[in-house]
Amino acid sequence: MTSRWRVLLIAGLAVAVTAAAIYFPILRRSVKQAAKLQEQSEEQARRELAQALAANPGEPRVKAKLFWASDAEDGALTAVTVELPLSSDAVLRSKQVLNTLLAGPVDAELRTLPPDAVLLAFYLLPDGTGIADFSEALATSTPSGIVSEQMAVDSIARTLEANVPQVQRVRILIHGQEAETLAGHVDLTGTFAVNTKPWQTPAKPAGVSPAAPTPAPPSGAAGSAKLPDIVAPTPAPAAAKPGAGTLTPEKAPGKLTQPAERKP
Amino acid sequence: MLLDVRNPIRNVAQNGFLTGAVMVFAVFAGAAFTPSSQAPAQSQTSQAPAQQVAPSPQGATPQGATAQAPAALSQRANLNIVVVDPAHGGTDAGARGTGGIRESEVVLDFAAQVQRALETQGFQVVQTRRGNENPSFDDRSAIANAQRGGIFVTLHVSSTGLPSTARVYVNADLPSAPDASGLIPWGRAQGPFLGLSRKLGDLVQGQLAQRFKGSPSVAQTAAVRQLRTTAAPAIAVEVSSISVDDRAELDRMAPGVADAIARGVAAFKPTYIVANAAGAQP
Repeated sequence: MTSRWRVLLIAGLAVAVTAAAIYFPILRRSVKQAAKLQEQSEEQARRELAQALAANPGEPRVKAKLFWASDAEDGALTAVTVELPLSSDAVLRSKQVLNTLLAGPVDAELRTLPPDAVLLAFYLLPDGTGIADFSEALATSTPSGIVSEQMAVDSIARTLEANVPQVQRVRILIHGQEAETLAGHVDLTGTFAVNTKPWQTPAKPAGVSPAAPTPAPPSGAAGSAKLPDIVAPTPAPAAAKPGAGTLTPEKAPGKLTQPAERKP
Repeated sequence: MLLDVRNPIRNVAQNGFLTGAVMVFAVFAGAAFTPSSQAPAQSQTSQAPAQQVAPSPQGATPQGATAQAPAALSQRANLNIVVVDPAHGGTDAGARGTGGIRESEVVLDFAAQVQRALETQGFQVVQTRRGNENPSFDDRSAIANAQRGGIFVTLHVSSTGLPSTARVYVNADLPSAPDASGLIPWGRAQGPFLGLSRKLGDLVQGQLAQRFKGSPSVAQTAAVRQLRTTAAPAIAVEVSSISVDDRAELDRMAPGVADAIARGVAAFKPTYIVANAAGAQP
């Protein structure tokens, strides 16, 4: 190789290295930006899902109280008032507030539930026991520890307490199954107290049985207890016997024998 | 379901508490053993280190535990055994820090220091694990429930929270009424002890608050799984947090945590009189 070719080769390599030095940081920035955009779109999709559940033009907008971590006191929760068009159906209303809770506060640091957790279903038994079935991520992504797990549970219980008076206690399932603990510490085998005052079933026309809900499908409306203004006529007392179409603790997901109730 | 008053651990093992609903004796609350039953307890304590504490109820028979002689019914014994539980272990690392810190390893080191501090105060100590094994929640409770007049302290490190603080937790309310046969369900064994646990928790938390600024002044309430099946005054101590960059920050807390627990337990001792009468509630 002549010296002329050698110079040309070195010059070519130098140009290539310079180009790479300029191009790689730009490429890196682009990749980072794309990842961020994807993350944002996932978060946005989740929020839109929650919004879709929450947004019901037919329902009046009410001030809902959501409980997230306090930025003033370590290990404590604080109520944040959010105006939402909440359903008067207890099951749908529970789903709406829990989905909003999952969507998280403006400051992500104050989350109590992991962003990738999803509420799969919510059931309400005739005795006021709410059953909240969350995806696996609630157990795998909640930070392990008594304080973080108890805050997660408390935020669920207190949010239901503030917004859904029909729910007396709540049971948390993970993917339809009973879990011994949330993330290694807090006991999920029992129920957590929500509203200590029993929900007074509104007066009904003679011959109408107390609420005898049917199993609530994941999408929601059927089988829910109703608020006073929209109480629907229910079947005659004879039809309210435990049997087909009645959700009893024995039929609910997971084992529900003698749940021990605990104050959150 | 067969219940042998002389051998509570065998009872729970034979009746399969690992699978769920099992009854724990009301006599756990009243400790239906003669004072001489402290001898087997000693065999599991640090004073006889050569003898391994059985992590499983199978085979963990408290030898020498006998039915109570009538003459002993009126006798009372004071607290002298503390069961220290380093949480997690084995495949369960517990909380994990970004720097590779594992809760299961940190609490094992804490437990060793807590043991020394308690022994200095004159207590016998039983640890639920001494190595990297992971007894089940029920196995750990069974070890505590086999001790007459003992108390239970489980040690944890949180994932979150203000660094260099420590919190004490006691169980939330549990329905404690024994069933018609006078037995306490295994799953609610902590129920009758909640008041004592709260007292112990407040005393230890008070000591911790003096040493670690930012810690609460009284014990907190939480549905801690480990405490629910423990038939003794029982607390969980959780140190913040595993998210520190350097494990040395946690290690520096260990002597203070150990001393606070030992002093809290010592302050609790005069208030905890263990009734010998079978079935007696605390």
